[in-house]
Amino acid sequence: MLSVHLILFLAFGAVCVAGAINLLAQTHPINSALSLIAVMAALAGEYLLLGAEFVAAVQVIVYAGAIMVLFVFVVMLLNAGVEEHTQGSRVAVLFGIPGLLLGSILLGWVVLRHSGTEPVAAGALPGDPRTIAQMLFHEFLLPFEITSVLILIAIMGAVVLASKPPSAPARKVE
Amino acid sequence: MVPLSYYLLLSGFLFACGVAGFLIKRNIITIFMSIELMLNGVNLSFVAFAAHWHALAGQVFVFFVMVVAAAEAAVGLAIIIAVYRTRETLNVDQVNLLKL
Repeated sequence: MLSVHLILFLAFGAVCVAGAINLLAQTHPINSALSLIAVMAALAGEYLLLGAEFVAAVQVIVYAGAIMVLFVFVVMLLNAGVEEHTQGSRVAVLFGIPGLLLGSILLGWVVLRHSGTEPVAAGALPGDPRTIAQMLFHEFLLPFEITSVLILIAIMGAVVLASKPPSAPARKVE
Repeated sequence: MVPLSYYLLLSGFLFACGVAGFLIKRNIITIFMSIELMLNGVNLSFVAFAAHWHALAGQVFVFFVMVVAAAEAAVGLAIIIAVYRTRETLNVDQVNLLKL
């Protein structure tokens, strides 16, 4: 008998799979970006099923919100058109498709047989902001601080890389 | 109740789609999106294992992965803008030299 939990898992998983395949199938980057947003929103649903409500909220806000807005912004800024297809190599088709099939069969077999099929209960784990924050600011304090340095470096790097090179002629002001 | 292996299979599928997109896509922005898809697949297995082993550290790790993804997206998109400014193309097949 299908439980509600399993039905929700399958529904969100179907959206994930469809979005991921659509990302590969689309040739225009804006379509790929929108299907990636669908994948991320469905993943937030999966996190909710696993009891990680704060992770789900952050997934929607940071991933589907901030990062994907950045992507869409760059796609529109650079006026990216339909991607041109180039001739793929023959060896890739010859070895890639059998390798892909073999790998996925092997992975599925190993995961289904050997990882234990104990059920994951919904809300088995307190994923609320309070417990997450206690863990983050006690046990993971040093990685947290190092991450803030990483973010600072990334901000400065992005500003330096995206700013106009000094040798470029200044744009005329009308 | 959903077995852990279902979550792992979904996570593996998302990661495989990311790898495939990274290899077959020719638009540099779409390649970047494939990397984000791979990171999302890994995040799903982190959260699934956290629920399975009752270890909250898995969820905290997801935040670190998200932070790294955000930093990577910011720097990577800046690099894409710089590449486009000098080459006027987003096709990675035409970006095959380090210098102009």
